Amino acid sequence: MPSFDLAKVPLRELNQALHNVTAGTNEMDFEVLNPRGAHAVAVGIDAPVNVDVRGNCGYYCAGMNAEATITVHGSVGPGVAENMMSGTVVVKGDASQYAGATGHGGLLVIEGNASSRCGISMKGIDIVVKGNIGHMSAFMAQAGTLVVLGDAGDALGDSLYEAKLFVRGKVKSLGADCVKKKMKPKHLELLAELLKRAGITDVKPEEFTRYGSARQLYNFNIDNADAY
Amino acid sequence: MCGIVGLFLKDKALEPRLGALLSDMLITMTDRGPDSAGIAIYGPSAKGAGKITVQSADPKSDFKGLGAALSKKIGTEVSVDVRATHAVISLAVDKLDAARDALTELRPGITVMGRGESVEIFKEVGLPKDVAERFGIGKMSGTHGIGHTRMATESAVTTFGAHPFSTGPDQCLVHNGSLSNHNNLRRELIKAGLRFETENDTEVAAAYLSHKLAEGQNLGHALESGLSDLDGFYTFVVGTKSGFGVLRDPIACKPAVMAETDEYVAFGSEYRALVGLPGIENARVWEPEPATVYFWEH
Repeated sequence: MPSFDLAKVPLRELNQALHNVTAGTNEMDFEVLNPRGAHAVAVGIDAPVNVDVRGNCGYYCAGMNAEATITVHGSVGPGVAENMMSGTVVVKGDASQYAGATGHGGLLVIEGNASSRCGISMKGIDIVVKGNIGHMSAFMAQAGTLVVLGDAGDALGDSLYEAKLFVRGKVKSLGADCVKKKMKPKHLELLAELLKRAGITDVKPEEFTRYGSARQLYNFNIDNADAY
Repeated sequence: MCGIVGLFLKDKALEPRLGALLSDMLITMTDRGPDSAGIAIYGPSAKGAGKITVQSADPKSDFKGLGAALSKKIGTEVSVDVRATHAVISLAVDKLDAARDALTELRPGITVMGRGESVEIFKEVGLPKDVAERFGIGKMSGTHGIGHTRMATESAVTTFGAHPFSTGPDQCLVHNGSLSNHNNLRRELIKAGLRFETENDTEVAAAYLSHKLAEGQNLGHALESGLSDLDGFYTFVVGTKSGFGVLRDPIACKPAVMAETDEYVAFGSEYRALVGLPGIENARVWEPEPATVYFWEH
C-alpha cells in the first residue's frame, strides 16, 4: 500500500500520485501520515481509491472528490469535501466551517461535530453529522440531504431551496423560508437508507424532525422583502 | 486574511519557552499575512517596576543617550534595553505616564508601542520569521503572549499598522477581520479622551476595550459590550497583565481554533499553528463559538 508521510514528502507528491491512478490499477489503497493540519490533502481525486489520512487536516481536505473513499482519522479545517461529486468522505473527528459546501453528490459523514455553514449551497451531496452543527447550516441549499443526530445552531436552512434537512436534536432557530415539515413514509425510508450507508445502527428515523423550504422566496415578491 | 496566535501558560515549567513556542506558532501562519508581524509577550514583572516599549525609525540617534536624558527629565532611574528598532525602557511603575510625556518632548521620532508592568510589544513590517529573529523573541520567557501576521485591508502597510495594538497599560489586542464602524467609534472615543496613533480599525477595537476597562468593567464584560458596539468581522485575541481572552463576532466567518491542556490554552487561526505545541495530541481542541467570550486568568 503506498504510504505518504507528509513530514517527509511534499503534499503535491501525494495529490499527484492520487491523480495518476488509472483504471484497472491494483494500487487502490493509500495511506497519509502526519498531515499536521496541512491544507488540500487528497483533493481532486477521480478514481475509486481508498485513502486513509491519519491525523488532523486543514482547509479543503478531500475537496472535489469523485468516486474515492477518503477517511480522515482526525479533525478537519474549513471546507472539507467542498464541491464533492461522488464517493464517500468520513471524518472521525470534528469539522470546521462549511463542510460539504456546494457538493453535487456522494456521502460525507462527520462523526464528531461540524461548525457553522455545514452544507452551505449543497447541490446533491448527502451529509450525515453524528454530533452537532453550527449556525447557518444548509444556507441556500439546493439539493441533497443533511442529517444531524445532535443539535443545530441558529438560522438552519436560511433561504433554503430543495434540500432535505433532518435533525434529531434541538434547532436553535430556523432561517428565512425554512419550516418544519411532516415526516412521510418516503422520508423515513430515505433516512433509514442514509443512516445505514453512514454505518449508524442505533438511531431510528422516527427520532428525527424534517425541515424544508416553505418556497416563499423562490421568486421575488415585494411582499416578502422583509424576509430576504 | 491575517493570522493570529495566542498562548496562555498554566504550567510554570513552560515559561522559559514562551517566546520560542509563540514565534513558531506565528511563523507557521506566515502565509495568512506577509505584510507585517508583531508579538506581545507578558514577561516577569517585579513589584513597583514598569516598562515601556518604544519604536524608532532612526534608532541610532533616538536611542543614543536616551536613558540618561529620560532619567534626568523625570528624576528617577531608568534602564534602556535596545533591540533593533525597538527599546524596552524599565523604570518605576508610577513614572510611566511622566516618562511617556517626557519621551514625546525628548524624542519626537519615538512611538510608544506598549506600556505596563509586564507587557513588551515588538512589531514591524516584514515576515514573522524576520521580526521574531530581529527582536530575539525566541529567547524570551513569559506567562502568556499573542501574535499577529497581517494582510492589510483597512489601513497602510507600516509598522504602526501592525498588530498587536496596545491602548492601555498591559493591554493588547490582535485582530483578524475588518470593522465597518471604526470611524464613528473612533470619534466617540476621542471625545471620551482616548488617544489614537493610527487610522487602523483594530486600534479602535483596542481603545474601545481600554475605555470599557477604565470604566470599571472586567475584560469579560468589556468583550461582551463589544459584541453590540463593534460592527464588522472579527476574531480578537486579547491580553491583559494576568488574562487572555478570545472573541468572535456573531457571523464568525474568520477562522479560529483553540486547544487546552493542563499546561496551556492556545489559540490559532488554523490548526497548523498548534501542531508544534507540547502534548497537542492529547489536547482538547475546539472551535470557539460565535458571539461567545472565552477568558482565562492567572
